[in-house]
Amino acid sequence: MEDEVIKKFLYVNRKAPYGTVYALESLEVVLIGAAFDQDVSLAFIDDGVYQLKKGQQTSVSSGIGMKDFSKTYRALEGYDVEKLYVDKKSMEERGLTVDDCATRLA
Amino acid sequence: MKFGILVNEGPYQHQASDSAYQFTKAALEKGHSIYRVFFYHDGVNNGSRLTVPPQDDRHIVNRWSDLAKEHNLDLVLCIAAAQRRGMLDENEAKRQGKDANNIAEGFRISGLGQLIEAGIQSERLVVFGD
Repeated sequence: MEDEVIKKFLYVNRKAPYGTVYALESLEVVLIGAAFDQDVSLAFIDDGVYQLKKGQQTSVSSGIGMKDFSKTYRALEGYDVEKLYVDKKSMEERGLTVDDCATRLA
Repeated sequence: MKFGILVNEGPYQHQASDSAYQFTKAALEKGHSIYRVFFYHDGVNNGSRLTVPPQDDRHIVNRWSDLAKEHNLDLVLCIAAAQRRGMLDENEAKRQGKDANNIAEGFRISGLGQLIEAGIQSERLVVFGD
């Protein structure tokens, strides 16, 4: 970077992982953004909590024929994106617990 | 104040593009500056030169082009989002072996880094869309 400005970026994930492309394309922003060495956090609220759910089956044979990108959230740590926050109330409303998450949370 | 604008929804389908335009226009009229307008998700469809709305409706694409011309705005379509949705400029059409391009005047295609940069350089990044 030309200048050493470090800003705080909070990516708010409110959508289910499939059904719309918001989650996948938002993750692409996070990945590209990681190269800019900013102070990044991710929040998962509402249906966004489903993005982190373990055991997603999306292949053509078992699902909707899309790539399962939930594994990428686990790889974020390697990009120094370590602050993932999940809204407790959103999880409870959907019968989920932290044990259902495929990645480590902040 | 220096603003960055992010448009996440397509034209006509969703209010977001209209709101982003109105906000950008109002901000400029009040003497603020717009560092960049970045179009992502279906927002990239705001840059299609082939858009033909009914005559009694607003022309969202031309409206952006005119505003860009008047204020020297930087209108950027995300390349990854654009390619998924059949939005190509002349160079990309050639590179991908396609027989047409459809980017409207005043828009350019570039990477997501331009969005992050807008977030860093602007005092506020204002997001329009769901």
